[in-house]
Amino acid sequence: MRTGAFLFFTKRAFKDIRSNRFLHMVTIITIALSILIVSAFGLFFTNVNDIISSWKKGVRIMAYLNRDIEKIQLPELKNQILALPGVSSVRFISRDKALKQMKQQMKRQASLFENLKENPLPDVYEIRMSASTRNWEKVEILAAQIEMLPQIEGVEYGQKWLGRVTGIFNLFKFAGIVMCFVFFIASVFIVANTIRLLFYSRHEEFEIMRLVGATDGFIKGPFYIEGMIQGVLGGLIGIAALFVIYVMITSNVEQGVSSGYFTLRFIPIKISAGIIFCSMFAGWLGCYLSLKKFLTY
Amino acid sequence: MTENSNENAIIRMFHVHKRFGKKNALADISLDVESNEMLLISGPSGAGKSTLLKLLYLGETLSEGQILIDGMNLSRIASSRIPILRRKFGIIFQDYKLIPTKTVYENISLVLEVKGMKSRFIQKKVNSVLRTVGMEERLNAYPPSLSGGEQQRIAVARAVVGGPKIILADEPTGSLDPESASVILDLLKEVHDSGATVIIATHDREIIKKSKGNVIYLREGRLEKPSKSRTEKKKTKTS
Ligand SMILES: Nc1ncnc2c1ncn2[C@@H]1O[C@H](COP(=O)(O)OP(=O)(O)OP(=O)(O)O)[C@@H](O)[C@H]1O
Ligand SMILES: [Mg+2]
Repeated sequence: MRTGAFLFFTKRAFKDIRSNRFLHMVTIITIALSILIVSAFGLFFTNVNDIISSWKKGVRIMAYLNRDIEKIQLPELKNQILALPGVSSVRFISRDKALKQMKQQMKRQASLFENLKENPLPDVYEIRMSASTRNWEKVEILAAQIEMLPQIEGVEYGQKWLGRVTGIFNLFKFAGIVMCFVFFIASVFIVANTIRLLFYSRHEEFEIMRLVGATDGFIKGPFYIEGMIQGVLGGLIGIAALFVIYVMITSNVEQGVSSGYFTLRFIPIKISAGIIFCSMFAGWLGCYLSLKKFLTY
Repeated sequence: MTENSNENAIIRMFHVHKRFGKKNALADISLDVESNEMLLISGPSGAGKSTLLKLLYLGETLSEGQILIDGMNLSRIASSRIPILRRKFGIIFQDYKLIPTKTVYENISLVLEVKGMKSRFIQKKVNSVLRTVGMEERLNAYPPSLSGGEQQRIAVARAVVGGPKIILADEPTGSLDPESASVILDLLKEVHDSGATVIIATHDREIIKKSKGNVIYLREGRLEKPSKSRTEKKKTKTS
C-alpha cells in the first residue's frame, strides 16, 4: 500500500469511526475487557515467575555427612564435591557450629536444648551452584550425584517443594496461554462482527463505489485500518486499566510487600507491546475474516 | 470516418442477447460505436435502453454474444480488471445512484479518489464541475435534501468530472425542465467535443433533435432500422 493511500484510508477510517461512534465504542470496550483479563494473567505470571526464580537462585544443596567420618577425610571429600560439574562453592559447617547457630536462632525456645546430652546434628556441607546450574533439572541431577558419595548420608536441596510449585506454576501457565488464545479468538470474532455490521449497513454505498470504478482494496482498506485501530485502542485501554489497578493495589500494600525479599513489578514493556500488537492483529484478522467473502465481482 | 469503421470502434457488440428469466430484454443486438461518436438510443419504455447500457459497464452480464470495449472482451475480463473497465466510463444512472450519506462534494470527488488523484487537484476539478452544472452553492448538501433535478445535475457532474473516454447517460435530462435540460445537453456536447464518446439513452425528442448525434431505436429489445447516417456505415441485423 502506498503511503498516500494509507493516509487516505486512515482518514476515511477515522471518519467512519466518528460516524459510528457507539458501535466502535462497544467493540473497543469489549476488546479492552478481554485484554484486561489476559494482561492481568500476564501480571500474575510475571510476578510469580520472579518469585520462583528468586527462590531458585537461592537454592543450595545441604549434604549431610556420615557420623563416622574421620576429620582427615574431609579435604578430599570437599575436593571431590567441588570437582562435580556446576558446583561453585562448598562450605563446611560443623555440627557444633550448627547447634550454636540453632540455639541462637531459637533463643526463646532455649529450654528445648537444655536437656540435650549429645549434639543430634550431623556435619554438613553447604553447596552452592554456579549460575548455569540454576536450572531445576540440573540441580536435581547434581543432588543425586552428591548423594551417591559413600561419605554422604543424605542431601536436601533448598525447598523440595519448589519443584512441585514449579510444576503447578507451569500448569497454570499453560492454562493461561490457552485462555489468552480463547480471548484472542473472541476478540477476532467481536471485530469481525462489528465490521460485518458496518459493511452490511453500507453495502448500497459500496455498490455505487464499485460502479464508479473503486477496487476491492479501495473499499476494504479503511475497514482494515478501522479493525486495527479497534484492536490497538482496545489493547491500550485494557493495559492502561490494568496499570491503574496495579498502581492502586501496590500503593496500598507497598510496605507489606517491599519489606519482603521481592518487589512487585508491572508487565515488562516488551510484553505489553506484544499484547497490544496481538490485539491489533486480532483486529486485522477479524476484518479479514468478515470481508473475505464480500465484494467478489 | 471511413467506410469500414471497425478500426475506429471503441465499443463493439456482436449478436448480444440479454434475458431475465424467460423475458428477452435484448435480442440479437449488433452494434459498433465509434470513438468520439455521439450516439442516442431511443425507444419506448421497457425497450431495453438501460439494459443495453448496463451490459457495457457490467452492471449486468450478457446472456449470449460478445462485447468488446476499448479492446477488452467483457466475457473474458478478469474480475480484478473490472474497476479499470469502469473507469473508462462516466455514467449517469437513470436513478442517479448518489450516495445519500456523502455530501455532494464527496459524491463527486469519489470518482477521482478512486483513480488515486491528488486531493488538491481533486478540489479544483470538483469545484469547477459544480460551477458548470450550477450547483456550486450546494457542495455540502446531502443528496436526499436536493430536488430531483438537482440530484440529476450532480449525477451529470460526477459522470464528467474524471474526463472519461466514454459517457453513458441514461435519461440524463429526465427530471429537468427544458432549460436545464439544454444546459446539460450542452455540457455533454462539450465533453463530446473534447474527444469523448457519448451514448445517451433517452426518449426526449428535443434532446435527440438538438444533439445532432446518430440515433438508433430499440423496440422490445431489438434494434430497429437505424437512422440514415448509420445505415451508411454498417449493416445491422433487424430480424
Ligand atoms: N433486473 C431485471 N430483472 C428482470 N427484468 C428486468 C430487469 N431489468 C430490466 N428488466 C426488464 O427488461 C426490459 C428492459 O428494461 P430497461 O430498463 O432496459 O428498459 P428501458 O428501455 O430503459 O425503459 P425506460 O425508458 O422505462 O427506462 C423491461 O421489460 C424490464 O422489465
Ligand atoms: Mg431505462
